[in-house]
Amino acid sequence: MAEPSTTLSPASSPDAPAGRRAGIGDALRALELDTRMVGMIGALAVVWIGFDILTGGAFLTPRNLWNLSVQTASIAVMATGMVLVIVTRNIDLSVGSILGFTGMVVGVLQARILPEIWGFDHPLTWVVAVMAAVAVGGAVGALQGAVIAYLGVSSFIVTLGGLLVWRGAAWWVTTGQTVAPMDGLFKRLGGGFEGAIGAGPSWAVGIAAILLSVAAILVTRRRRAGFGFPVRPLWAEGVVILLVAAAIVGAVLVVNAYPLPIPVVRRMMEAQGLTTDGGLPFVAHGFAIPVLIALAVGVGVTFLSRRTRFGRYVFAIGGNPEAAELSGINTKRVLVMVFGLMGALCGLSACIATARLNAATNANGTLDELYVIAAAIIGGTSMAGGVGTILGAMLGALVMQSLQSGMVLLGVDAPMQNIVVGIVLVAAVYIDTLYRKGLK
Amino acid sequence: MTALATSEPLTATRPLVEMRDVSIAFGGIKAVDGVSIDLYPGEVVGLLGHNGAGKSTLIKILSGAYAADHGEIRVNGEPVHITSPRDAKRCGIETIYQTLALADNVDAAANIFLGREKLTPWGTLDDHAMEAEARKVMGRLNPHFRRFKEPVKALSGGQRQSVAIARAIHFDARVLIMDEPTAALGPAETQQVGELVKQLKQEGIGIFLISHDIHDVFDLADRIHVMKNGKLVGTARVADVTKDEVLGMIILGKCPPGAVPGPGAAG
Repeated sequence: MAEPSTTLSPASSPDAPAGRRAGIGDALRALELDTRMVGMIGALAVVWIGFDILTGGAFLTPRNLWNLSVQTASIAVMATGMVLVIVTRNIDLSVGSILGFTGMVVGVLQARILPEIWGFDHPLTWVVAVMAAVAVGGAVGALQGAVIAYLGVSSFIVTLGGLLVWRGAAWWVTTGQTVAPMDGLFKRLGGGFEGAIGAGPSWAVGIAAILLSVAAILVTRRRRAGFGFPVRPLWAEGVVILLVAAAIVGAVLVVNAYPLPIPVVRRMMEAQGLTTDGGLPFVAHGFAIPVLIALAVGVGVTFLSRRTRFGRYVFAIGGNPEAAELSGINTKRVLVMVFGLMGALCGLSACIATARLNAATNANGTLDELYVIAAAIIGGTSMAGGVGTILGAMLGALVMQSLQSGMVLLGVDAPMQNIVVGIVLVAAVYIDTLYRKGLK
Repeated sequence: MTALATSEPLTATRPLVEMRDVSIAFGGIKAVDGVSIDLYPGEVVGLLGHNGAGKSTLIKILSGAYAADHGEIRVNGEPVHITSPRDAKRCGIETIYQTLALADNVDAAANIFLGREKLTPWGTLDDHAMEAEARKVMGRLNPHFRRFKEPVKALSGGQRQSVAIARAIHFDARVLIMDEPTAALGPAETQQVGELVKQLKQEGIGIFLISHDIHDVFDLADRIHVMKNGKLVGTARVADVTKDEVLGMIILGKCPPGAVPGPGAAG
């Protein structure tokens, strides 16, 4: 149900000249779209439309899609890092526990330590908390990475140990006490109506994203043409730009169609000294801050993986560890960095999860490792290493969250939800295997 | 140990590479035992021996994949310390491994520049510049090659070989190590590699050719070193020995009159 379609003919010769002959295959080739990605988006569309029909139109509402995006954010952030971990032929089973541990650390930091230094609701509290979470998570991840790379213990074992160690450490921070509430500004990282940026800024973000995408596409085209390399035909560039723009505008329209609750709008108006007699205006949520964080992380990690030496080495190690070593790459250092990045992203996710819950609990993030790994795998990351995309993993997270959210709307019991997600994971990997065989 | 008097060098210059009295053991077994070999500029030296004779191990010491337990390596007369592939490359020693050692999941340009990427002024990968240079060097080796956007696992054996060779020669190699360069190739591609060896030789590059195909070696090499059981049986100019005599060196360790015997020579 939620898996890439294999009916599209794989684009096997991207270097081929643009086909003048009419034919959908040629047209798709000219677009140089990733057929697996198209398949995933198709699968997501099937899931969404299917649930919308089954729930009688309750799924594809601005409200549900907005919530869906917020619920996906924390897993999506970690899934980007998990792609790199799995690409290097490793695994990280400790991400949920690292999230729990760093969540407790930021909870204690902002609710107990920082208020003693500069009082409650200091404007810098959230900044220090986020930086601490990223630093602590990064240090934990790098420590595990060092054991894996330099002591030669397999990542499965090290992070299985980490799963127990950091969950225990999370309890140790407060000997099990829940810490609440969180700092006012920090809370906005978790979403909710305070954590949404409103209609105008959402348009600004959307337009900026479109302009950046267009600029990136055109700069690449000019560079390739400058070297005399084959480029996509102009109409194909136009179609790609249109698709990107349509997706972004669509997202902005959806988040801007979800109004803030009436009591909140009334309170806001009263706070500004406005009368509410003439009826209440429509005030939109706009993008949720955790979603923007996740998208920024997605862009950032994609950049790392595609445009930097570090990313090139990560993929080379996954493709052939021996060759990477013989090329003079310091593979051990790269591994430490990959696990360090994974840990830092867990720290960021801990902020989102803790802020959303408005409390730091030692059980936060339990079982997240499984969802994160599943998201990366459903998103096309190969357990054999060397293959995976950040965008795919984020879509994988969205597919899984969509399944769960849809089943909640349908009133499916939690155990049944797990059964469905588990089956979908296995089926997705099976179909992906068939797809890869078809490519050969 | 026996200083290997290579009668007179082919050219009057000093050796490009000398390995003196090199040994390495794995778990008590001496894979390479007191071997001394040398290589002069513009010379092709064949390294012959059975499977397990120690030739690949010896060459992996020179390319930095293994660190020798004992012995000395000199490049242009200067003693050098080679403990990693990076060190070897810094000395101008490039290797084409039998396994090719390609990262299968990335494209030709990424493989050619692996570990030595070209960067933009912002420190990001300059894939376009790398592709442009890859097209140039591949054009020299394999003019019909067009598949620059595909991961190398999709390429044919010969194309993959070209990528591995391109990676070795693109960075001004002075010494080229070719480990079984034609093992996976068809006749046409084998001939192509032969042409390339002659061309590189003319450019003054020294080449170590490791092979168990004695015909290949006789076609291309100026001199041969033969190894058996980790030891050097002897050294000879190709012109001074017959193929049968060399087979005798490989199989029996018997050194013919035309060759200079090493520590591993029988009798």
